[in-house]
Amino acid sequence: MTASAVLYWGLGAAQAMLLLAMLLAALRMMRGPRAQDRVLGLDTLYLNAMLLILVQGMRSGVSLYFEAALIIGMVGFTATVALAKFLMRGEVIE
Amino acid sequence: MTPSDLPLWAAWTIVAVTVFGSLLALIGSVGLVVLKRFYERIHAPTLGATLGMALIVVASVAFWSLTEGRPALPDLLIGVFLTVTTPVTLILLARAAVYRDRVEGDKAAPPE
Repeated sequence: MTASAVLYWGLGAAQAMLLLAMLLAALRMMRGPRAQDRVLGLDTLYLNAMLLILVQGMRSGVSLYFEAALIIGMVGFTATVALAKFLMRGEVIE
Repeated sequence: MTPSDLPLWAAWTIVAVTVFGSLLALIGSVGLVVLKRFYERIHAPTLGATLGMALIVVASVAFWSLTEGRPALPDLLIGVFLTVTTPVTLILLARAAVYRDRVEGDKAAPPE
């Protein structure tokens, strides 16, 4: 096997695992049962999506994917903190 | 050097580290679905957010450093950023959950 074939199939397998992880997190997000479970599911979902994009960057050899992953990480962090604040207080900005 | 010029051992190592990191993220997500209570569940995704993320970031740094022939460190930013933010988000979320459970008088909520 050549190096590019190893990278293509191996990183593809890693992406399949991350995709399955995203599906499971989405399942938890839809099932609930309570709001904090849904927020936790969303947190896991964006984290796995970020890792998936990072692996996609390696698989395709395009370094631009790094910025997308970084921005998803930052926006996801803000979203989870805002949602946790909302669950605690009932409003985001007091 | 393009990705197809990587030595075979480097490609295998990068793939192995990435697959192991993805496996940890997958195990964390399985725990998120399988575990019964919220206070158990909140521990599960940290598996992917800490070691899983770190392994994938290390593989990414190795890949880009070998491909570009110079140290490619920007990917470490993601690692540092997630290491700082994951505990913050999960502590805030756990505190919100405890607060909500106590307000409702849930016996399963952790004691004061």
